[in-house]
Amino acid sequence: MKLNGARILLECLKREGVDTIFGYPGGTVINLYDELFSFKEIRHILPRHEQAGVHAADGYARATGKVGVAIATSGPGATNTITGIATAYMDSIPMVIITGQVPTALIGNDAFQEADIIGITRPCTKHNFLVKDVKDLATIMKKAFYIARTGRPGPVLVDLPKDVQIAQTEFHYPESVEIRGYKPTVEGHPKQIEKAVAMIMQAKKPVIYVGGGVILANAAAELVAVAKRLGIPVTTTLMGLGAYPENDPHSLGLLGMHGTYYANMAVSHCDMLIAIGARFDDRVTGKIASFAPHAKIVHVDVDPTSIKKNVRVDLPIVGDVRDVLQKMLKVADEIGPDAKACEAALAPWIAEIDEWKKKHPMTYKQSTSVIKPQYVIQRLRALSDPDAIVATDVGQHQMWTAQFFGFTAPRTLLSSGGLGTMGFGLPAAMGAQAGFPDRQVMVVCGDGGFQMNMQELATIVQNRLNVKIVILNNNFLGMVRQWQELFFDKRYSSTCMELPIDFIKLAEAFGATGLQATKVEEVDEVIKKGFATDGPVLMEFKVAREEKVLPMVPAGASLTEMVLAS
Amino acid sequence: MRHTIAVLVENEFGVLSRVVGLFSGRGFNIDSLTVAPTNDEALSRITLVTRGDEQIIEQITKQLNKLIDVIKVIDFEPEHAIEREMVLVKVSAEDQSRAEVLRIADIFRAKVIDVTPKSYTLEATGAPAKVSAMVELLRPLGLKELVSTGPVVIGRGAKAWKG
Ligand SMILES: Cc1cc2nc3c(=O)[nH]c(=O)nc-3n(C[C@H](O)[C@H](O)[C@H](O)COP(=O)(O)OP(=O)(O)OC[C@H]3O[C@@H](n4cnc5c(N)ncnc54)[C@H](O)[C@@H]3O)c2cc1C
Ligand SMILES: Cc1ncc(C[n+]2csc(CCOP(=O)(O)OP(=O)(O)O)c2C)c(N)n1
Ligand SMILES: [Mg+2]
Repeated sequence: MKLNGARILLECLKREGVDTIFGYPGGTVINLYDELFSFKEIRHILPRHEQAGVHAADGYARATGKVGVAIATSGPGATNTITGIATAYMDSIPMVIITGQVPTALIGNDAFQEADIIGITRPCTKHNFLVKDVKDLATIMKKAFYIARTGRPGPVLVDLPKDVQIAQTEFHYPESVEIRGYKPTVEGHPKQIEKAVAMIMQAKKPVIYVGGGVILANAAAELVAVAKRLGIPVTTTLMGLGAYPENDPHSLGLLGMHGTYYANMAVSHCDMLIAIGARFDDRVTGKIASFAPHAKIVHVDVDPTSIKKNVRVDLPIVGDVRDVLQKMLKVADEIGPDAKACEAALAPWIAEIDEWKKKHPMTYKQSTSVIKPQYVIQRLRALSDPDAIVATDVGQHQMWTAQFFGFTAPRTLLSSGGLGTMGFGLPAAMGAQAGFPDRQVMVVCGDGGFQMNMQELATIVQNRLNVKIVILNNNFLGMVRQWQELFFDKRYSSTCMELPIDFIKLAEAFGATGLQATKVEEVDEVIKKGFATDGPVLMEFKVAREEKVLPMVPAGASLTEMVLAS
Repeated sequence: MRHTIAVLVENEFGVLSRVVGLFSGRGFNIDSLTVAPTNDEALSRITLVTRGDEQIIEQITKQLNKLIDVIKVIDFEPEHAIEREMVLVKVSAEDQSRAEVLRIADIFRAKVIDVTPKSYTLEATGAPAKVSAMVELLRPLGLKELVSTGPVVIGRGAKAWKG
């Protein structure tokens, strides 16, 4: 039977297991939306801005591990998706973005609502496709999903001209695809892995440095198994948080600019650094020349370009971290001393780290007169479900969440790390909640970033998404203010928000519940009430306005040059 | 270090801009670039000349390989490759310099492809070093215009290099 392009697209999505999409209609996708009208197998959620639609699909993907799907119309709809796409690209999130395009005959004519979205998104997608013939559509969709989710994941954009949506052809969905220029190396080289394990077992002061790759590969369990088997302490990047339980005694928490004292000390003094699915970002390394100066470096990554991009590597292993970790465990059992012996051998190193932990634990100065933002984060952890999902926006509140929440499971922290996109949090939480209607989903926002996509309150209320919104309100663009305090003589240029907003009324205007805490004693009450209230709730906490995120490694300094909390 | 890199790509729309965009986006140098279809018409072959230390060249080849439309990347070692480029040069040629231009053309086995009372236009092909040696000799005589294809490269020996 012949189907039109619009229908074929939906059939492709169904065959890829897509059950939820986020999209915004317009002239060049109106045919697609007409098909969607009677296509009941896919839930379509209408955001209030295409950027938010893409963030929502991204949050859905981060939380569920599935490919997120978003739709936008041509021209302004398509250009509105850019920040969302770039955010996903920087954090390697699997997504397929479908944009409408003007009819093929008009492409290049400056037609109404035409934008060269293929050209615009070339540097911020893993790949993109313009569908010129309806006969190619099914194969292109198959390729798009395959590219998005395999190797180093990433967003793929498919630009679909209006006439291709209308044109008809026989529909066959290919079982598999073959792309001769795309063959990601999944299996780690056994010889390299053997060498790595042998080297690691020789080390006296090893540290495992875990990144988002472990979460993307669904390899948290394998990571824990290897770390335990070898007795090695683990630090994670922002993107890796949750891959290794932070309540484990061998957890060092976050490293880098706002990392823990002991993680940064451990990395700076280790003799062996095992980087797993991490990309040596400048927020992590500080000054490259003094990063892990005594260490041999083993680097496991599926993307060869990540290896030796910023730092020297003694032993690279290209492959999927899950495969590599499984093989490492086997090799360890074959060649090495047993777990007990490994642990005993590292006891002096663990003792050294414990000293650092004792000397400068993660801390802040509690207050009785004003709500400390860190305290709110700790109480959120204490009063929420163990499997709660936490999205964040970008800024100080994001770092406090990373430092003080204590993540114990993968895919429970959703945060824009690479691009650092303000406005990400609320729609991302909305997407995660759509993926897990029955799990507790909250977003921790700043007062600034919340306002960048607050229109999504409407989407959340309309779709009965039970998102709990936490605003740490310092009435400042706090993160920038902190830099101005430290490096620009407190010249608070355009970082004070001036206008106090009535967030309770705002929530109510959208049909959500609004709660507020202004005193320390009210914090628990508001959180409890917020979590107990059915439906979307906005909880505003008026927090200490000039609190700083500490420790902090000033930009360009070495990891040991931390400004500490006390 | 100067490197001549051959890139075999899908002969599809937009591929060249992916390659060029990669270089501009990441701040890599391109000294020259040529592109044309190969004997397999589904493929095009790009030859580009770039510069950088070992680490940069490694990133360049890895980043090129990462592009979905790129099928193969070879960073040719000079001793295992043959490089050729073609230049067309327009030189002033009046009075006594007319003979000199022809002598130089003869030495480098360049062809005269256009003549006027005031100029010669030469076509020369060869290894980049040879071609530029000729150009340097012509320069003082009044080099008016120079156009070059940039080098193309092929491996030495019987082994061919297909998609
Ligand atoms: C305000 C602010 C402050 C920040 N401060 C810090 C900080 O103090 N500390 C910190 O750590 N970060 C911080 N970040 C985040 C930082 O910018 C980077 O996003 C982060 O450090 C990158 O994490 P990652 O190395 O885990 O890389 P990711 O971006 O998560 O990259 C994952 C890596 O894993 C690889 N990979 C993917 N899938 C697989 C697979 N299946 N198998 C193998 N490999 C795979 C990829 O190729 C890639 O190299 C901050 C961000 C903001 C916005
Ligand atoms: C879209 C965007 N614009 C600007 C920035 C720069 N920036 C980073 S953090 C920050 C301040 C965020 O303020 P707020 O949301 O109130 O959070 P706080 O730091 O106060 O917790 C700014 C402006 C950014 N990351 N993203
Ligand atoms: Mg703020």
